Amino acid sequence: MTDDGDRPTPGKGLINGLAVTLKTLTKKTTTQQYPDVEPELPPRSRGVIALLEENCTVCMLCARECPDWCIYIDSHKEEVVVPGAARARQRNVLDRFDIDFSLCMYCGICIEVCPFDALHWTPEFEYAETDVLSLLHDKNRLGEWMRTVPPPPAHDVLGEPSKEEATAARKAAGPGAATAAKTARPASVRPEPRPESGK
Amino acid sequence: MPLWLDLLIRVAGVMVGFLVLPLLVGQAEHKVMAHMQGRVGPMYAGAFHGWAQLVADGVKFVQKEDVHPHGADRQVFRLAPIVALFPYLVVILTIPLGPHGLVAQRLDIGLFLVLAILGIGVVAVLMSAWASANKYSLLGGLRGAAQLLGYELPLVLAAASVAMAAGTLSLPGIVEAWRPWWLVWQAPAAVVFFVAGLAEIRRPPFDMPIADSELVFGYMTEYTGLRFAFFLLAEYVGIIVIAGLTTVLFLGGWHGPFSDQLGWFWTLLKIFALSFVIIWFRVTYPRLREDQLQRLCWLVLVPLALAQLVLTVAVKSLL
Repeated sequence: MTDDGDRPTPGKGLINGLAVTLKTLTKKTTTQQYPDVEPELPPRSRGVIALLEENCTVCMLCARECPDWCIYIDSHKEEVVVPGAARARQRNVLDRFDIDFSLCMYCGICIEVCPFDALHWTPEFEYAETDVLSLLHDKNRLGEWMRTVPPPPAHDVLGEPSKEEATAARKAAGPGAATAAKTARPASVRPEPRPESGK
Repeated sequence: MPLWLDLLIRVAGVMVGFLVLPLLVGQAEHKVMAHMQGRVGPMYAGAFHGWAQLVADGVKFVQKEDVHPHGADRQVFRLAPIVALFPYLVVILTIPLGPHGLVAQRLDIGLFLVLAILGIGVVAVLMSAWASANKYSLLGGLRGAAQLLGYELPLVLAAASVAMAAGTLSLPGIVEAWRPWWLVWQAPAAVVFFVAGLAEIRRPPFDMPIADSELVFGYMTEYTGLRFAFFLLAEYVGIIVIAGLTTVLFLGGWHGPFSDQLGWFWTLLKIFALSFVIIWFRVTYPRLREDQLQRLCWLVLVPLALAQLVLTVAVKSLL
């Protein structure tokens, strides 16, 4: 009774509380019917991680940067004999690429550091297992997730030109036009001004 | 009708009510609580809106292992859930459902018996608390004992008021003597009886003895499987009993606006309305602290009940 001494009428709070719960009773529930109805996820949701194996060069950056050390990579070198070349080339072949999702904390560092876009976020989140060992996804399983990776967002027409575009424009303009070409943009990229844009 | 057949039908009726009504209240609690919290509640067991949820819960409880804590007093530990459940069954025997003897056992001292038997709840709480050999259980049990002993007094005083007004201790007799204007005259006693009854069955906001966030689950901590289910069933039967007693004593039992032939319907309707209020209180109010709990009892309910007694005597002697 120390903290409710200056209340105007005793019991008003009790009545208000009852009114709140009764009002909520008559309202529609806000539950998401998840297993029956799929949730609408935002486009950049972080679910599982997908691997595009063709892009991987076994540079090991992801495995080294991973704070949890949950990426395991094995590889061997193969000699590729190119006819006409002075000597045989060497290339890395991926033997094993595993991510242990029981350790992963979904920081996304591996995806950020990958120089060749071999790793991608997918919005898939339903890969719970009854056995913790099954959370170790091998490269085939990681590769299957690639099907669920959403297409990258369209280029922002108002944004800065990409490096390739800028370089191409500079080359087309010829030497001596470097500063002008940096800001020059192809006219077709710009949005056409429309009279009925208000709609 | 021979006596044994009459007896058999009445006892069977009470058993059916004893087993079915708590399930209805439990299911209503699931749904009402869910909707008051803006969610849908259990939906999968059974075909329509999860009606079989409590049946499924019962099956689940039966399957579970019956564990005794090391160092528990086995006999007392096993007996406690029965002692918690049984008194309510006896009380239901005496609650009249309708006029013309629609009651399992018409007793001249019905109210006296009901109040005496409801007091056994303390024994069950202390038995389970002590026999569990667990400090949380013991703490919960002692809290429960303090609460139950304290709230016994306003409960009895409020019931005494209505018994004085009716001039009888028989529960059907009280309903027969009841008049609609008693709703106003005996209103304080009704409130005191209902609130004290809530505390007697240890429902939120009076669930201090089993406060799960601080005492794990109080005196129920060590119970598993069927014995735990008995304690839960006792809670739901307790809701029926308290709602039924409040109905019979203060809300006019089988008296309804239309036909007295539908007496049992009015009684059940009032019981379910009061059960809804009990669930409503649970969703709305936070748990009372131990000192607030005792303060409410001794500084509000007991003086109110005593004042109601004085008022009852005054009105009775004036009439």
